[in-house]
Amino acid sequence: MAQDVTLTMDGMLLNWLKDVGDSVKKGEVIAEFEADKATVEVEAPADGTILSLKLEVGEEVDEGTVIAQLGDAGEAPAGGEAKAPAAEEAAEEEAPEEDDEAEEEAPASNGAAATTPDGRIKASPLAKRVAAEKGINLAQVAGSGPGGRIVKADVENYKPAPKPAAAPKQPSGGTTIGQSYGKLPEGDDVEIIDVSRMRRLIADGTVTSFQTTPHFYLTIELDVEPLLGLRKEINAMLEDEGVKVSVNDMVVKAAALTQRAFPNLNTHYYGDKLVRHKRVNIAIAVALPNNGLVNVVSPDADTTPLSEMAKYHKQMFTDARDGNIKQEYIKGGTFLVSNLGPYDVESFSSIIDPPESGALAVASARKVPVVKEDGTLGVGTRMKATLSIDHRVSDGAEGAQWLQYFRNLIENPMRLLV
Amino acid sequence: MASRNLPMREALRHALLEEMHRDESVFVMGEEVAYWQGTHRVTRGFLEEFGEKRVLDTPISEMAIGGVAVGAAMAGLRPVAEFMTINFAFLALDALVNHAAKIHYMFNGMFKVPLVFRAATGWGDQATATHSHMPEPIFAHFPGMYVGTPSNSADAYGMLKASIRDDNPVLFTESIGLYSKPGPMPDEDEDFILPIGKGNIVREGTDVSIFTYARGVEWATKAARELEQDGVSVEVVDLRWLRPLDTELIFESFKKTNRAVIVEESLPMYSFGSELAAQIQENCFDYMDAPIKRVSAHDVPLPYSKYLEAMALPDSDKVVAAVKEII
Repeated sequence: MAQDVTLTMDGMLLNWLKDVGDSVKKGEVIAEFEADKATVEVEAPADGTILSLKLEVGEEVDEGTVIAQLGDAGEAPAGGEAKAPAAEEAAEEEAPEEDDEAEEEAPASNGAAATTPDGRIKASPLAKRVAAEKGINLAQVAGSGPGGRIVKADVENYKPAPKPAAAPKQPSGGTTIGQSYGKLPEGDDVEIIDVSRMRRLIADGTVTSFQTTPHFYLTIELDVEPLLGLRKEINAMLEDEGVKVSVNDMVVKAAALTQRAFPNLNTHYYGDKLVRHKRVNIAIAVALPNNGLVNVVSPDADTTPLSEMAKYHKQMFTDARDGNIKQEYIKGGTFLVSNLGPYDVESFSSIIDPPESGALAVASARKVPVVKEDGTLGVGTRMKATLSIDHRVSDGAEGAQWLQYFRNLIENPMRLLV
Repeated sequence: MASRNLPMREALRHALLEEMHRDESVFVMGEEVAYWQGTHRVTRGFLEEFGEKRVLDTPISEMAIGGVAVGAAMAGLRPVAEFMTINFAFLALDALVNHAAKIHYMFNGMFKVPLVFRAATGWGDQATATHSHMPEPIFAHFPGMYVGTPSNSADAYGMLKASIRDDNPVLFTESIGLYSKPGPMPDEDEDFILPIGKGNIVREGTDVSIFTYARGVEWATKAARELEQDGVSVEVVDLRWLRPLDTELIFESFKKTNRAVIVEESLPMYSFGSELAAQIQENCFDYMDAPIKRVSAHDVPLPYSKYLEAMALPDSDKVVAAVKEII
């Protein structure tokens, strides 16, 4: 019986690593896709022989699209040869016979439902029946049963997600929302470059965020001398282990601990509902060599020891810059930290990454003249940090308190360790 | 109803006593039922009360006990024959399933076989593999024979009376672990008959149904109380009869809760649980919200070691774990 290989994200086919007729083992990589923020490898869901490859290099398809078929050697591919580009078409053609109506729609959508490795949605027979009666597409329903199975209660309690204006969803056309730029300039004086998928996503996401999220900003100046001193001590201590803690690691740690103390800023805005996250996962903006940006997530940053975090960050940043980071490491952030410290920046502010409700922009530590406690002038090391907040979720006073707490951690850095 | 609190052995004794007084054609036979007054003391005082003609000691001869009972029933008596434990009823398998169960059909209704085989069943107490078994499902495999097994004193009383009065052969099995368990039971009551093939909802619930019988009811009820602390509402259904199976009650309960855990003391392969799971999925597929889960004894001959024996048997913790797997 032929088995479909289905995409679990939107993406553009970069490369087939297998040909029709090749035999593959379960887990073997058969294709590479350029997804929104990283290159993603698609693995064979089972042992078998490739019966058909349905896309051409460069083709862009949606999540749920069937891209290839696996089966026994010599078996005829189901649903005909050739490619089947449109997701809807693919779903219709390739839906296994026993599937009911609700499932047939499933592959075309990008909902939260748990799927099996071969792309089927996990739902109980009862959930399927109720969904069919109510006309609900199971692909949009999140499952609460064992292994993410959709059960009756999930279907009954399902409400179509309010499409928050704040949630960035890339418009299919690729032009930025509501904008017209007139005729494209031509001639020898210009070079026309296609906007990359990632650039387009960043453009659309930031426009949406900036237009629909009422940002406000609070800036403070921090005395980072103790922090830099402590960092030196730590690194001297950890030298044998080859671990090096960066200022950024310490800032992330401090931001995470502050988030823990201010759960309201660990809350995401979804129109008429707020989602308060119990885990503090700090997204860290990482600049990529090819003019891109990706937010690497440092999970449970409030509880992860600094040394462990340093190792993890180093690995993740390297992977991100090499374009090898997996989707799972850039999803699930609850708050953003953007650090331009290495670039000698006096101060800047960061655009919130919706549905997150806050972002911290950290500038460079600089030697500046300071007024000392005895009233005389001296030299100190100061760093500016700017907190961006979504005014729909929080207000100025809370932001100020957040920064106060953050300052206390940075200026008494031993607190990051104990 | 509850006006006496008696262990199950006494409930069975009272049912037998009353039926023997009511109907002269009822007699008991088996190993040690007369002079020794019954291995499990169910026939205590019977010899004195009814005499040797109606209380018959037999040698260790299960095949003969089965054959005599079938012959007596065909001849118009109502024998209640006791197998000391159900394991030795295998020796009488031919009499039970090839004759008792089939005669009415084979002789085109010319003969009835109104007999009851009583047998102690169940395991525990380190009685080891040859003595420890709950093989009721084997007998329930054959059409023509009813198989019932009570979980408490009142049910034992009402179900045994119904079995003695019925014109069909009944295998009536009694969990050894329940003989000494006291429970409420009605006063002497000629009409306290629990109809054959009717189950009982022991505890109402909305999230998951536990289908079980005999000692399984105790484990299920305890598990249900624990699960209630976690906010899980459990319905416990005591089926009482493996044949006829109260499918109406089963399907009704399943349609309400959409989830099932089947608890059986017996072995898992080709078992009561297998049958029930198959029937539920065939008849209630569109009502299933989770896979059907079975809690059975382990698929091994029961070990002698006390600890290994306990590991091999179901208990309330295993029931709780099974429910949690599908909730």
